[in-house]
Amino acid sequence: MRQRQRDLQGWLFVSPWLIGFFLFTLYPILASLYYSFCDYRVLTPPRWVGLANYVALLTDRDYFLPSLGNTLFMLIELPLALVIGLTMALLLNHKIPGIGIFRTIYYLPAVMPVVAVSVLWLWVLNPQYGLLNAILTPVLAPLGLQPPGWLADPKWAKPAFIMMDLWAVGGSVVIYLASLQNVPAHLYEAAEIDGAGAWHKTIHVTLPMISPVIFYNLIMGVIWTFQYFTQTFIMTQGGPQNSTLFYALYLFYNAFRDFRMGHACAMAWILFILTLMATLIVFRTSARWVYYEGERG
Amino acid sequence: MQAHATMKHKPLAHWRQSKVWRRRIATAAVYLVLIALCVAFLSPFALMVSTSLKTEDRIFTETIEWIPRPIRWQNYAEALQSFPFLLYLRNTLFVCALVVVGTVLSSALPAYGFARLRWKGRDVLFLMMLATIMLPVQVTMLPVFVMFRTIGWTGTYLPLVVPPFFGSAFAIFLLRQFFLTIPQELSDAARIDGCSEWRIFWQIIVPLSVPALATVALFAFIGAWTDFINPLIYLTDENTYTLAVGLQTFVGRHSSEWNLLMAAATVVTLPLIVVFFFTQKLFIEGITLTGIKG
Repeated sequence: MRQRQRDLQGWLFVSPWLIGFFLFTLYPILASLYYSFCDYRVLTPPRWVGLANYVALLTDRDYFLPSLGNTLFMLIELPLALVIGLTMALLLNHKIPGIGIFRTIYYLPAVMPVVAVSVLWLWVLNPQYGLLNAILTPVLAPLGLQPPGWLADPKWAKPAFIMMDLWAVGGSVVIYLASLQNVPAHLYEAAEIDGAGAWHKTIHVTLPMISPVIFYNLIMGVIWTFQYFTQTFIMTQGGPQNSTLFYALYLFYNAFRDFRMGHACAMAWILFILTLMATLIVFRTSARWVYYEGERG
Repeated sequence: MQAHATMKHKPLAHWRQSKVWRRRIATAAVYLVLIALCVAFLSPFALMVSTSLKTEDRIFTETIEWIPRPIRWQNYAEALQSFPFLLYLRNTLFVCALVVVGTVLSSALPAYGFARLRWKGRDVLFLMMLATIMLPVQVTMLPVFVMFRTIGWTGTYLPLVVPPFFGSAFAIFLLRQFFLTIPQELSDAARIDGCSEWRIFWQIIVPLSVPALATVALFAFIGAWTDFINPLIYLTDENTYTLAVGLQTFVGRHSSEWNLLMAAATVVTLPLIVVFFFTQKLFIEGITLTGIKG
């Protein structure tokens, strides 16, 4: 009796989340799976069409496949953000006066609302009068080169977005920094006794010790890349020539511009499966490079 | 004799000194890189503020003028008039307040259940909850939209403010991590005195968890303030817009008036930066609590 009461109490405490889970997670997952097999235009009831949405998407060379390719291109950002973020965190990990101010400044772009970031970078990236090309022009002019048109140029629009995102890398810097400060000092002391210099200490002590955090950030980074939306919606609407038509943007267009819910839900499910696969791959390979304390200690 | 002694120690002193110097040079190099990075990170902000104060004819110049001459404060007044800032600010604060209250309340209770109670099914449910953090939002977004549309909630704030009252997986996770650090003896002592779990939660755990609850409140506030896609989907009447969506429509209408656009962007950003400056510690604590153990 007492045990049953305790069980009931546990379920009662988590009930707000549990009800929300059924309403806003479990039911929608199943519903979107169902809609993905239907022709569903919101205003009329869904009509079963089998795999038609999936077939249409996977053979769509004009929009769907480019949107997938564009998004995969954006994954380049993850290793870049990792290297830059870690380097900055290592720099910030020095115990020197005023270091807190630097940390605050690096974090600032990550606090800015994405809409405001997008507006600001539209101006920074302006080909003629923007800040970036004002810096690049004097550098490139002697070489006889023109600075790129960034968002106006299909070749340079994606790199422009990557640069803009790296500006907000401070968000992950703070996470890396917190994990660096958690590495036990005695490990460094032991390495020093063995004659390790700064470089060896970083490679053989720091990186293995914070590998779980790197791993977590990588997984979240993949998921985040596939949800990339607000920036393109505001800055390019997918252009020029669909070069920034990213997955989440095309999904949004399907659902809320063209009212093709069936298509959009099929896209959501393909995304779901892709994310699962990416996560699994990272997990599988993680045994080789992620070190969990206590596992081998 | 004395001279001899110093002579003898000289190589050592020299070695020490060179080490000190090497350290100093290293520190100077670190500062140099840190400052260079600062310039890179701050220059877009500087550009935003500087452009926001320029007159129309000084925006498009060959080289960037960092200090606007003349300074035109009027831009802010104009930006705030051509875009009903105060109305949008009120709407945003209204949404933020409800989201914060809902998230904190409805996340603290499940977190308590997951962290401090033993019951059948707990670990399975907890894993399920963690899995939902990784679920792409697009998978659930569309049926949820259809659902809210069916019950006639589109065009109101309800789709924005009701779901937080069912907790947020991330917040529950963060609070659970914190609740786990509170000594179990405190609860045990209260239980021996005949306290119900409900009272232990309110009178022992909640008062001890103010920093963690504040962190959750802060994250919820920032999330609601910067949220774009939900207001975009659900708010149909322009008078109900939040700042994020309001700013976006403003961009559409004033696409080349960069001074006004930058003034608007500054105004939408400033409150968050102020909040951030006063709550930095909470931020770092929250990140440490979830990011590392994540």
